[in-house]
Amino acid sequence: MEDEIELKTAPADFRFPTTNQTRHCFTRYIEFHRCTTAKGEDSSDCERFAKYYRALCPGEWVDKWNEQRETGTFPGPL
Amino acid sequence: MFALKTIVLKWLFLTISPCDAAEPWQLGSQDAATPIMQGIIDLHHDIFFFLILILVFVLWILVRALWHFHYKENAIPQRIVHGTTIEILRTIFPSLISMFIAIPSFALLYSMDEVVVDPAITIKAIGHQWYRTYEYSDYNSSDEQSLTFDSYMIPEEDLELGQSRLLEVDNRVVVPAKTHLRIIVTSADVPHSWAVPSSGVKCDAVPGRLNQISILVQREGVYYGQCSEICGTNHAFTPIVVEAVPRKDYGSRVSNQLIPQTGEA
Repeated sequence: MEDEIELKTAPADFRFPTTNQTRHCFTRYIEFHRCTTAKGEDSSDCERFAKYYRALCPGEWVDKWNEQRETGTFPGPL
Repeated sequence: MFALKTIVLKWLFLTISPCDAAEPWQLGSQDAATPIMQGIIDLHHDIFFFLILILVFVLWILVRALWHFHYKENAIPQRIVHGTTIEILRTIFPSLISMFIAIPSFALLYSMDEVVVDPAITIKAIGHQWYRTYEYSDYNSSDEQSLTFDSYMIPEEDLELGQSRLLEVDNRVVVPAKTHLRIIVTSADVPHSWAVPSSGVKCDAVPGRLNQISILVQREGVYYGQCSEICGTNHAFTPIVVEAVPRKDYGSRVSNQLIPQTGEA
């Protein structure tokens, strides 16, 4: 824990060049879940997307979306 | 001898301590801590030059006209209708001045929008009534945040000697200096605004929207700001404090706050 923390985060995405990054966060979340649907729950390829959406999206949003996915009311193309 | 040492120390303090918080009766900007703020200050100096030029010119003409054409001095008013030369000049000169102002202004504006380098860290600043929550989520391996904390203003009765009234908070936002940061600003209830003048940052925190700002804090220090969008009764009591630490110390600062979190989790 005392080692140098590697400073890395979600890179700037040229699909979302403006100040408003709401869709960026939403898109990364969807990409992660599409990846897990396609490649399986524990695939390490999807971990990248997970890091991205966790870096960008507030925790409350992620919790709310997780609940919506569980109840089947998530408003996105999963 | 002691008096001499005190004087030297006082003089050093007054000359080298940068202004990173609002000072009473302050007229100018706070000292710049980011390239953006430095650009804003330089643009201000550019514009101010032309401002003074125009001010002096206009005042001079005005005073001259009032003095020389007072009805007691000059009873017969002239009836000048045209003056082609002066009309051309008074169109060209303001356009030139506008251009000289526009060039540095647009240069700064467009360079502020350019995202040149991928950021190293993402910090989320979430506004609440009437405190802030900061999330550092780059390091967690599950949906549980690794580092989230609230930042409340320290009330006046709890301040220690030397602290600033209405500006201090209990938990500061710790960032590494000389590192590209991405700050995502949003709100959990009503609109707020995340502003730190010495970093040249003011970004509205709108519920349901993530606003991104990129900053590069160039020097270590503690920078103060205040909420800049009316958000209710305690709008004046939700300050922001950013503490920029050397990059090598950043890891240990964050881990120290991580360990209690993961210990509980």
